[in-house]
Amino acid sequence: MYDFPATLAARGVDLAPLPLATLQLNVTKLCNQACVHCHVDASPRRREMMPDDVLERCLELLELHPSITTLDITGGAPELHPRFRDLVSGARRLGRTVMVRHNLTVTLDPHPLTKASLADLPDYFAAQRVEVVSSLPYYQEFFTDKQRGDGVFKKSLASLRMLNERGFGVSGTGLKLSLVYNPVGAFLPAAQKDLERDYKRELQSRFGVVFNELFTITNMPIHRFKAQLKKAGGYEAYMDKLVQAFNPDAARGVMCRSLINVSWDGRLFDCDFNQMLGMPAMEGGQALTVFDFDLERLRRREIAVAAHCFGCTAGAGSSCGGATT
Amino acid sequence: MTSYYEPKDLAKFAEVGHFAKESMEKFFSYYNQATGQDGALTRREKALIALAVSHALKCPYCIDAYTTQCLETGSNPEQMTEAVHVAAAMQAGITLVHGVQMQNALREKGAL
Repeated sequence: MYDFPATLAARGVDLAPLPLATLQLNVTKLCNQACVHCHVDASPRRREMMPDDVLERCLELLELHPSITTLDITGGAPELHPRFRDLVSGARRLGRTVMVRHNLTVTLDPHPLTKASLADLPDYFAAQRVEVVSSLPYYQEFFTDKQRGDGVFKKSLASLRMLNERGFGVSGTGLKLSLVYNPVGAFLPAAQKDLERDYKRELQSRFGVVFNELFTITNMPIHRFKAQLKKAGGYEAYMDKLVQAFNPDAARGVMCRSLINVSWDGRLFDCDFNQMLGMPAMEGGQALTVFDFDLERLRRREIAVAAHCFGCTAGAGSSCGGATT
Repeated sequence: MTSYYEPKDLAKFAEVGHFAKESMEKFFSYYNQATGQDGALTRREKALIALAVSHALKCPYCIDAYTTQCLETGSNPEQMTEAVHVAAAMQAGITLVHGVQMQNALREKGAL
């Protein structure tokens, strides 16, 4: 019914891989939050952690392949992994751009397992000059707390101020702070540039908070969000909306063409949505892992697609870096 | 019949052109130009106006469609609710300002 390959073919879009620029790691499913839209199903109860051999291999891959310019670390809350800082520091020593998908509240909450404080994270991020990418579903409390839980908005603002104080998002420092918007329900994001303007105006005037860029991301119809849609009887209507909004230009810019995602246990995927749906990158009927990693062979792979891919190709497009057009 | 207005029926709107294709095409062209493009007003502003009109004229199809359109053009529930209050206030004002006619009639009849 929602035939993504047929749509690509009918609209003349070839989803061939491009040179790999980003290695994205989901290092853990443990998180201090349990958001209603989370496609990873992350929560304080999850225990999956990337083991040492996988983590070391990922650093080795960066060393072997200078063309992979960016390490994108996500989770769960990646900072809760016991070797998170080894990973960041190792990649920075190799001269890579390191992006951390940082949920803001993890700085202020105790570690769910060890109860240790992570309040020094902003200082660590500044010392390592990582790029901080943080979800803030809206510039008002209502939408943010509805999606991420009561009290998250106020905590996020406190954490954003800590980052601003270290220079993140502040013009001239070179310390980059990006925010991520995703709709609180079954609708597409507004134009990225319009929302960015609103966020900048409102966050600065109401709360004195600054940042560099806003990324708009479409809600993927998988896992918790799909269950929520099904419960409300809106799954088909949402899928129809995504299919109707298919944009060939957005499809050409999707992230799976230039990114490889690695699960906590070392398997390779075209994106983390595929990871969550159990659709690994395959070769000869075998699921690939970081230990099979071969850049040239990966360049010839066929990107695995399914109905959820309509989420990345609707409207202005959606990726971990926001709109794709 | 459970409900006279079914949300899925909105998708059948174009069928209204069954016996008047050209008129319907002209309508859709005009409608899309007036409501669906940035002009002197942005699409966001137009969506808020359309949401207010939808409430004033009590069209369930339009309320559904423009609630979505307002969200997808970047408005938030606070702004959308203010738009509905503008419609409500206008309707109240329009009712009340007709009291002037009543006052005139009372005067004519020597009752004021």
